[in-house]
Amino acid sequence: MKNQFSKSVMALLVSLLLPLAVLLLTLKVAAHKGTPDVVDVKLKAEHISSVDHSQFEILQQDFETPHDVTAACLSCHTGRDEEIMATAHWKWEREEEIPGRGVVSVGKKNLLNNFCTGANGNNGSCMRCHIGLGWKDKSFDFADNRNIDCLVCHDQTDTYFKQKGQGGMPATAETANSAYQVPDYPYVAQNVGLPKKNNCGICHFYGGGGNNVKHGDLEEALLSCTKEVDVHMAMDGPDMACIDCHTTERHNIMGKLYSVSSANTNRIHCDQCHTTTPHNDKVLDNHFEKVACQTCHIPIYAKANATKLYWDWSSAGLTDDHGNGYSEDDADGNHNYLSIKGNFVWDDHVKPEYYWFNGTVDHYLSSDTITEVPVKINSLFGAYRDSTAKIWPVKVHRGKQIYDTGNNTLISLKLWAAEKGEGAFWKDFDWDTAARLGMEYNNRPYSGNYDFIASEVYWPINHMVSPKEETLSCTECHSRDGRLAQLNDFYLPGRDYNKSVDYAGFGLIFMTLIGIVAHFFGRLVAYFKNR
Amino acid sequence: MEKVKIYSRFERFWHWTQMMLILLLIITGFEIHGTFEAFGFETSVRLHSAAGWAFLILTIFAIFWMLVTGQSRQFVPVRNNIKSQIMYYISGIFKKEPHPVKKTADSKLNPLQRIIYFGLIILVFPVQLITGFSYLFFHYPDKPFAFEGLEAIAVLHTLGAFLLVAFVLAHLYLITTGHTITSNLQAMITGYEELDEETETATN
Ligand code: HEM
Repeated sequence: MKNQFSKSVMALLVSLLLPLAVLLLTLKVAAHKGTPDVVDVKLKAEHISSVDHSQFEILQQDFETPHDVTAACLSCHTGRDEEIMATAHWKWEREEEIPGRGVVSVGKKNLLNNFCTGANGNNGSCMRCHIGLGWKDKSFDFADNRNIDCLVCHDQTDTYFKQKGQGGMPATAETANSAYQVPDYPYVAQNVGLPKKNNCGICHFYGGGGNNVKHGDLEEALLSCTKEVDVHMAMDGPDMACIDCHTTERHNIMGKLYSVSSANTNRIHCDQCHTTTPHNDKVLDNHFEKVACQTCHIPIYAKANATKLYWDWSSAGLTDDHGNGYSEDDADGNHNYLSIKGNFVWDDHVKPEYYWFNGTVDHYLSSDTITEVPVKINSLFGAYRDSTAKIWPVKVHRGKQIYDTGNNTLISLKLWAAEKGEGAFWKDFDWDTAARLGMEYNNRPYSGNYDFIASEVYWPINHMVSPKEETLSCTECHSRDGRLAQLNDFYLPGRDYNKSVDYAGFGLIFMTLIGIVAHFFGRLVAYFKNR
Repeated sequence: MEKVKIYSRFERFWHWTQMMLILLLIITGFEIHGTFEAFGFETSVRLHSAAGWAFLILTIFAIFWMLVTGQSRQFVPVRNNIKSQIMYYISGIFKKEPHPVKKTADSKLNPLQRIIYFGLIILVFPVQLITGFSYLFFHYPDKPFAFEGLEAIAVLHTLGAFLLVAFVLAHLYLITTGHTITSNLQAMITGYEELDEETETATN
């Protein structure tokens, strides 16, 4: 009896309790999840200026021109002009190596795109975002340090603006109007400081002719947003400024945009603050090898205002009965037709597209001919096999733009002029003249024949990082039709499988079940027969 | 008929722990595979890796035990009686004929079981362990040496998983084909089964 009892206890122990204990231990191990690192960095907003500029006599004069202010700045800040004049902010081009092409000069100065097609030749309007004073035409002197606009970046009073249509000059006594007055130079000059969000944003938010047109992840809502829009810049969060990440030494600002640059240099990486193992969790941290932080942490972009996703130039130029241009809005109040620009598609809360990206980019250079449709304005290098590439979220802006059917090249357009009759498309709506003048200004040949062609440009997404609760969950990618459905140069667990193995496997299971049922049925029949 | 001890304590512990782990591995594995939803993908990944480790440790203990006790010979296939065992399952069992090969403490597996279990031990388990741990450590093509991506490993691992599912199903059914419907099950729980003592000595 006692023997029987101890046998039962032993059976319970070895056949149930101990195996259960192992199972529970396994569950416990599986439940372990690391706690993410907490980042503690000093922000630039905490920087206290070591001097009071209002005390300096040289800044108390009645400046006639912004050039005089620059000269005053440089009289103390010696050597800064050379730093500035070496940057892409000044030159609008960089010598960079494109893999397979060698060293070329790329930048806003010489590249084409599928927004307003190109800046060069439309200086009055486009060069308003140059950090110089009055790059109105080819006569602008890049060697004259008095042409540097110190104030546009360092103004803290929010009263200094470059005037529309003046190639980067603020209003003067002659050009001032109700929208743009002559700045109060002594006031502005005595209140300079490190660039704030809106110093950068005044240009970088409005590229392409309006808020958030180009980037999709950089726009005026970031000036005062919630954590849902951007955890870094949120008012209810750390309220970081651009220069907190885009750290700057001697006017060399870290970070750059791949629509106008090529090389994997001078970049900003999340791990500067967050380390390469920020989750403290193996499964998640492993992803760092192949997946950019941005991919999971920016599930959508254009979270406040819409961004342009499609731009069809071919419909531009329609006029009303009086020969004037007009506009039409979509349901959200964004333009979907402008006579000067054509048709657009806008969207907000956009899911990015995903591509391999290793930090190097090719460009359609103005000397290139068209070899593929859609024309790739730029293309991101990278592939699964490339050990330096990661999966990156990308805004792809597609469109249709004018090209030279004779020379098979994209056309640089003359879009902007101050007055009618100068041949600018936005005033005269004449494609042929605008194409001829634009090409001429850029020293490029024009055959006289044009048509419209599809094109794409790729903008990696970096801003508008979401709170961690909104990070992508595993199955956004690890599932049959997830976000990475198009990126199939590799095996992704949960998404991929071998069709034959799956058919064979499920077939085998099915056959086994059939066999079991048939056999069991046979035994049942035999049982009743033999009874 | 006499109650004979055929499964030692360790064997029973091994068997039932293995059952739980393999069940967990199958459920979580096929959720990862995208076949169904169970615990949620992330939880399944964590459970699958933890269960994989537990399975590895258990397997090492089992190998150790087999070598030390010499029980490994139980799993070596034999040539005799394969045909009569097949005939038993496809005809004899329906006519209430006795099992053609007597089960004894020294020969617990019939000739067909020997083949199947031998296959599991030599093929499926090592394949699942090796591909499983490769899957775990070498996700990416160039670290620290190159596999041709993950695909070959993942597909082999999936194939092994399907074989195991089929095995488990057949195994569950065959449990009921013992001396009585539950005698096999009872044996694996208590360790004891009623065996024909006469033939036991005969085969010894
Ligand atoms: C009874 C044994 C096992 C079964 C039935 C099984 C089943 C599966 C299945 C069906 C998959 C999905 C494969 C795919 O779709 O690509 C999978 C994935 C995986 N298995 Fe197993 N597995 C077993 C053992 C193991 C072991 C011992 C390990 C080792 C740790 C392991 C590690 C993995 C890993 C790492 C994955 C990829 C998903 C992830 O990262 O979690 N498996 N398993």
